[in-house]
Amino acid sequence: MTTQATSTLLRTENLRLYFRTTQGVVQAVDDVSFTMPRRDALAVIGESGCGKTSLVRAILRLLPSNVHTYSGNVFLNDIDVMKLSEERFRTNVRWTKMSLVAQAAMNALNPVLRVGEQVAEPLIVHQRLSKQAALAQAAEVFQLVGVSPDFLGRYAFELSGGMRQRAIIAMALITRPDLIVLDEPTSALDMLTQANIMNVLKGIKRDLEQSFIFITHDVSTTSELSDRGMVMYAGQIVELASAEQFYLDPLHPYSAKLMASIPTLKEKKELEFIPGQPPSLLNPPTGCRFADRCDRRFDKCDTEPPLQQLADGRWIRCWLYNK
Amino acid sequence: MQQEQALLSVQNLRTWFELRRWAFARAGWVRAVDGVSFDLPRGEALALVGESGSGKSTLARTILGLYKPTEGEITFEGMELSKLKASQMREYRQDMGYIQQDPYGALPPFLSLRSILSEPLRIHGIKDKKEQNDLIRNVLTEVKLTPVDDFLTKFPHMLSGGQQQRAVIARAMILNPKLIAADEPVSMLDASVRVEILKLLRRIQESHNLAVIYITHDLSTVRYFAERIFIMYAAKTVEKAPVESLLENHFHPYTQALLAAIPDPDPENAKTLRDVPPGEPPSLVHPPTGCRFHPRCPQAIKGLCEVEEPPQFTLLPGHTVECWLYKDRDSKTE
Repeated sequence: MTTQATSTLLRTENLRLYFRTTQGVVQAVDDVSFTMPRRDALAVIGESGCGKTSLVRAILRLLPSNVHTYSGNVFLNDIDVMKLSEERFRTNVRWTKMSLVAQAAMNALNPVLRVGEQVAEPLIVHQRLSKQAALAQAAEVFQLVGVSPDFLGRYAFELSGGMRQRAIIAMALITRPDLIVLDEPTSALDMLTQANIMNVLKGIKRDLEQSFIFITHDVSTTSELSDRGMVMYAGQIVELASAEQFYLDPLHPYSAKLMASIPTLKEKKELEFIPGQPPSLLNPPTGCRFADRCDRRFDKCDTEPPLQQLADGRWIRCWLYNK
Repeated sequence: MQQEQALLSVQNLRTWFELRRWAFARAGWVRAVDGVSFDLPRGEALALVGESGSGKSTLARTILGLYKPTEGEITFEGMELSKLKASQMREYRQDMGYIQQDPYGALPPFLSLRSILSEPLRIHGIKDKKEQNDLIRNVLTEVKLTPVDDFLTKFPHMLSGGQQQRAVIARAMILNPKLIAADEPVSMLDASVRVEILKLLRRIQESHNLAVIYITHDLSTVRYFAERIFIMYAAKTVEKAPVESLLENHFHPYTQALLAAIPDPDPENAKTLRDVPPGEPPSLVHPPTGCRFHPRCPQAIKGLCEVEEPPQFTLLPGHTVECWLYKDRDSKTE
């Protein structure tokens, strides 16, 4: 992979995260390598159980207690953050360099603390600001996400769903991290509120040149905020392409089928579906992991295809495009 | 707009829930459904679209007989629901199927698929084992849970999400109903499975000439799976139209905002901001006076919209809208 010290924000190499369960070892993230430039919005797309959230956990080192294997490298600004001690990672990287808008986080706000205090907390903890200075900055960030600073003194139950989600985004933004990871940021919200939140995120991207990793199973919503799309299937990257390439002309048979299953409002098309289910990650198939559901399968698919870059710049894991 | 032989007819339906303080004193009402009227002919799929809390599920559950209407009439095949006795209510329920949103939550975890499907048969008086067995096999084949023998002994947790939803559909279909209410039947499923389940529902609807009430917040699936669409906002149906007519001409400012807010997968989306009204839907305990959308409406008429509730105007054949903007364009007043 190309490395340009100035433009690369995040790079993972052979990242693996396996979990121990009663049935065996689940290979949730299996050999994931990708590079992300600065000021980029990367959409991670895939079905439930394909390893999207586990990938975030691996990058942010938010590991549960049943980890079996956690290996590979994560370079942030060309520093291998996997090599840092837990304490240094906590003080120097997590939330100061990378922050997270977790799934359904708006329902996890502390009910007995004022919203402003919770949003300001990362500054008090990580940058040792006084409470007053931190609250002043929280007021600024509130304005960025379209919430009146009057709301700083309110409690979570006094805020609507959309307002709570904005407060969570403010909390991720307040330390001005290099990278914000959004895990299903709009999936529990109504349609108009969802569009409003996406407008807020687009504004932050445009005005602050913020980088995002945006995870969702809703492909239509990812197109609102992405420069590139990364499709995961059964713990692996199967396609990584620019937004134009991905939304208009997906190449991997899985991405193409997935796009064909998305209903569209503006035009009527014949919808398709993918028969069968993704393979178990306890014991993934040895060849291509999509082969069983693929209608373009041929003999070569019994061996595992590598992730390769094509002439047009996109990465793909499929024998059909192997030169 | 009275069609002859409508399967289901709903007139001016209101379902309000009482709010109590200290268990006795009445503190107010949640007006979950507030004045809804429509006719549903046999074999038609009707989509109810709206945000959470707009009253879509309450409307469906009132029609199913799970809630008592506060006011208004529900007529099913000429029988008026409020006049039915308990024993007749059981017969009425036999003609209704209900598909819940969360298939795993809707299936009892300690019953096998065979027990889950034989229970409605027993309750409705089909006690013969052989007859039960035949019916169960037929319905499982119809929802494509085959080979049937493998699935009969399975428990819900052994099925994938899509298979669970098929089992819920099988249970809704086992008494051969005339109407099915599907409450967000695919919102918990992955995109690649969604279409499969919706196509299955559509096929069952056509082969049994079923009336379907399809509740969803996802407007983009509606064009593929329904003939008519009602847009609900704050307990009212603000726009009612055939699907194609609505997608071509959306009159109500809320419908317009909704259609503008929904993205199709297109890389151009990232380059522009969407024009959507700010704010949130109103409280149903103290709804705004006049039109309920007026506080968020960019086209509100001062002195009218906040004072008087808009009546229903008919703009195109079968296409009605509750909005004052169209008071001079009504083609026939109802």
